[in-house]
Amino acid sequence: MKRAVWFLLPLAAFLVLAAFLFRGLGLNPREVPSPLIGKPAPAFERPQLHDPAKTFSPKDLAGQVWLLNVWASWCVACREEHPVLVELARQKAVPIVGLNYKDASEDAKAWLKQFGDPYMLSVVDRDGRVGIDYGVYGVPETFLIDANGVIRHKQIGPLTPEAWEKTLRPKIEALRKG
Amino acid sequence: MIPEIGHFALILALLLGLMKGTLPLIGAARRIPAYMAVARPASHGQFLFVAIAFGCLMWSFMSNDFSVLNVAEHANSQLPLQYKIAATWGSHEGSMLLWVLMLSAWSVAVAGFSRHLPEEMVARVLGVQGILSVGFLLFILATSNPFERLFPPAPDGRDLNPLLQDAGMVLHPPMLYMGYVGFSVAFSFAIAALLGGKLDATWARWSRPWTTVAWCFLTGGIALGSWWAYKELGWGGWWFWDPVENASFMPWLVGTALIHSLAVTEKRGSFKSWTVLLAIFAFSLSLLGTFLVRSGVLTSVHAFATDPERGVFILGFLVIVIGGSLALYAWRAPKIGLGGRFAPVSRESTLLANNVLLVVACASVLLGTLYPLVLDSLDLGKISVGPPYFDTVFAPIMAPLVFLVGVGPLMRWKEASVPDLLVRLRWALGVSLAVALILPFVMGSWKPLVAFGLFLAIWVFAATMVGIRERLRHAPKGTKLARLAREPRGYWGMVLAHLGVAVFIVGVTLVNGYQNERDVRMEIGDTVTLNGYTFKFEGAKSITGPNYRGARGTVDVSKDGRFIEKLYPEKRIYNVQQMPMTEAAIDSGILGDLYVSLGEPVGDRGAWAVRVYSKPFINWIWGGCVLMMIGGFLAISDRRYRLAVRREPELGAAHGAAA
Amino acid sequence: MRTWRSLLVALFVALAPLALAQNAGKEAAPLAMDPGTAKRAVALANELRCLVCQNQTIAESNADLAQDLRRQINEQIAAGRSDREIIDYMVARYGDFVLYRPPFKAATAALWLGPFVLAAIALFVLARVVRSRRRLAEEAPLSDAERREAERLLGEKGKRK
Repeated sequence: MKRAVWFLLPLAAFLVLAAFLFRGLGLNPREVPSPLIGKPAPAFERPQLHDPAKTFSPKDLAGQVWLLNVWASWCVACREEHPVLVELARQKAVPIVGLNYKDASEDAKAWLKQFGDPYMLSVVDRDGRVGIDYGVYGVPETFLIDANGVIRHKQIGPLTPEAWEKTLRPKIEALRKG
Repeated sequence: MIPEIGHFALILALLLGLMKGTLPLIGAARRIPAYMAVARPASHGQFLFVAIAFGCLMWSFMSNDFSVLNVAEHANSQLPLQYKIAATWGSHEGSMLLWVLMLSAWSVAVAGFSRHLPEEMVARVLGVQGILSVGFLLFILATSNPFERLFPPAPDGRDLNPLLQDAGMVLHPPMLYMGYVGFSVAFSFAIAALLGGKLDATWARWSRPWTTVAWCFLTGGIALGSWWAYKELGWGGWWFWDPVENASFMPWLVGTALIHSLAVTEKRGSFKSWTVLLAIFAFSLSLLGTFLVRSGVLTSVHAFATDPERGVFILGFLVIVIGGSLALYAWRAPKIGLGGRFAPVSRESTLLANNVLLVVACASVLLGTLYPLVLDSLDLGKISVGPPYFDTVFAPIMAPLVFLVGVGPLMRWKEASVPDLLVRLRWALGVSLAVALILPFVMGSWKPLVAFGLFLAIWVFAATMVGIRERLRHAPKGTKLARLAREPRGYWGMVLAHLGVAVFIVGVTLVNGYQNERDVRMEIGDTVTLNGYTFKFEGAKSITGPNYRGARGTVDVSKDGRFIEKLYPEKRIYNVQQMPMTEAAIDSGILGDLYVSLGEPVGDRGAWAVRVYSKPFINWIWGGCVLMMIGGFLAISDRRYRLAVRREPELGAAHGAAA
Repeated sequence: MRTWRSLLVALFVALAPLALAQNAGKEAAPLAMDPGTAKRAVALANELRCLVCQNQTIAESNADLAQDLRRQINEQIAAGRSDREIIDYMVARYGDFVLYRPPFKAATAALWLGPFVLAAIALFVLARVVRSRRRLAEEAPLSDAERREAERLLGEKGKRK
């Protein structure tokens, strides 16, 4: 009788495995979470897209809660999220700074002209080094940075209205209060 | 019209599968010959209809029918004919149809080659195959119908993935599936034995050839995939421990354990319940592999377009089939008696150790493959598990196993003596150590891992030679050749397969130890040297292919001033998918490959980034696999299996009457 | 997400900015500094996962990000950083996901130790099973009647396999 119990072991092990696989169906293995959440936003200083003589650095916005949106004119998915950003800018919901990632400035400016410019300003990251510092691996990505310059959330992929309603807006409100 | 015929044929196949999966099993349990007799004709009928469906899909591809969604997504009018045919199984839906085609083909084979088996056994085996076919056909019809129409029809298709447009990829899935799916027969035999309540050496004898053939095809399929990756992906790698590669490798590991375990069960009647469990595991891993590739739970270059709905269906199927068979095992296996006795040092225990090491290796691969998923589902973060992990963990487990490959065949059944073995093998041991210590110097530089790998390989070779010599000495008189010829093919099959292992290890060891690469920017006329060979870049010119454009470079290879060959690496962009592909140029030889691939154009004076590789002995890797395959096929052609088919109809009838 | 595809398209739009050596002579210029450094750079790149395609190492991938990161590795090696520091640099930005060799920590202990623990347990069970078989063999001698029957059979049939 005791021996018979051992024969149940393979079945038990399989059922545990099946449970994990079932759980796995709801996950996205391609999504890479950011290790920078809760850490200070990496410092940088880069020229602005529309006014290259001036530079921008994250500490310029110390004291405010703001979004850093990584975009490029060659990025197809960016067009998906752009209307959302334009609407947010129109509502003055939150300041948005664009990080123009590995792009030609002329193309970038033309793109903004065509699709609208929701950004307070855009910063030029020609060689992608700022992107690397922020752990950017797929454009578009959006970082939520609080008043102390700490990254609080990273949106991977287009910023959908759902993501804004369910995640970003509540977080921004919480950060502004506390 | 044709796609609809195909669709209808699948529905008919499903109905036949339902019949096949129920009536024979009831007939075997209740001893109703009429029900059991349904099994064979149902198998033939099902294969016929699946083949018709497969043919309809292939026809749709060949005739550029872009009103079929699958064709529109995976083919193009410019696609060369052989790839249009291969595109039939180049998609998720098509490859599932290939799965079912193989499954029904194996059933037909079992139906045909089983005259000597008792009727209930055949009925049960085919019945289980029927249940499996029902699951897959339901899956296809419900979630993955290859005959879905596209209205309005596309003007042209999205082209087959350029990575698949290669001869290796044409052969790799069919061969792989022959193996994968072939383990279903071993599985069906195991379930049939558990259902019937009788498990003995004869069962093992019946099951063994089927399992070995499936294993041969799987070996070939994996080797083909590895060789294709080496040729096509442009950086000379041949194994990446990618989740889908692992998904095919795990059944292979357990399958290898299974064919050895079956040998013991057949010869000595031991390990019966363990063998049954291995048979269940082997096919379960095949099914698990199917799930992993198509459900989206793991990222892989092989993964098909994923869909959670499909994932849930397959998982449900897995739980039913694997859970059901393991539950049956837990219920019935304790009643299976223990087999023959054997001493702690004996061929049985060595084979048991072989099994344990293979299963642990398989478990390790499974652990590494699924660990990221486990951590993620427990919210413990996201990690990656790649070659550094697998290489570190796999080799130490395999090394003792390879050592046993040399020792095992020389051991006696039931009881062997270690001092006796030492005496017989001392010469082999000495030679292996000596050559392993000296050879690395010949190759260029001494490396401990190389020496170790070479030791294992030469040990297997030398010990096998000792085994052959001993066996001949004990054979009846005659010329050497006559004595060699008289040995059963099963023996030579084993010898060849084991030598294949040795050859494989030589290849892996020497490539890992002595491969070299240079990554350079080359203007026209520039040279680069590697391992004594000089590569001169003669520039690249534009080319146009049937469905691609690109550049073809010319590289002159010479050694010590003597011209050897011209190589033509290519860089292509496929028109429809705009996907870049490297076609490396390879100079293949027994002693190694020279491998050149084009990177990107640099600057504007016709310079290119070029990678040149030297890959010593790399063809031994696949050569070893081919030897293993031939060894397996040789073993199946052994006289006793052929005689058994002829001799046992009378016995079969007696069995049927008595049982 | 189609972003990786956009990057591949960008790859073809822009010419790849590769590290250049100023050599214009007959011997082709290496794309990294020198063979020794190149080996180290390749070894490091082979430990890192390309986040864009996710199925290749940074060494193999042609994605823009992979090229950028390879350039980063080269620069850091040139700046005298150790392998450990370069790996830490990547992990700080991309997390453990970027490592193909999972770091050894509490969460991955089961991963790294699992196979060896499993092997130990399996071999232990194997030893137990084999020893119990031996006991079985010893405990089952033939009874007198069985022995006589066996001798009769053997005498009758003579030598047979």
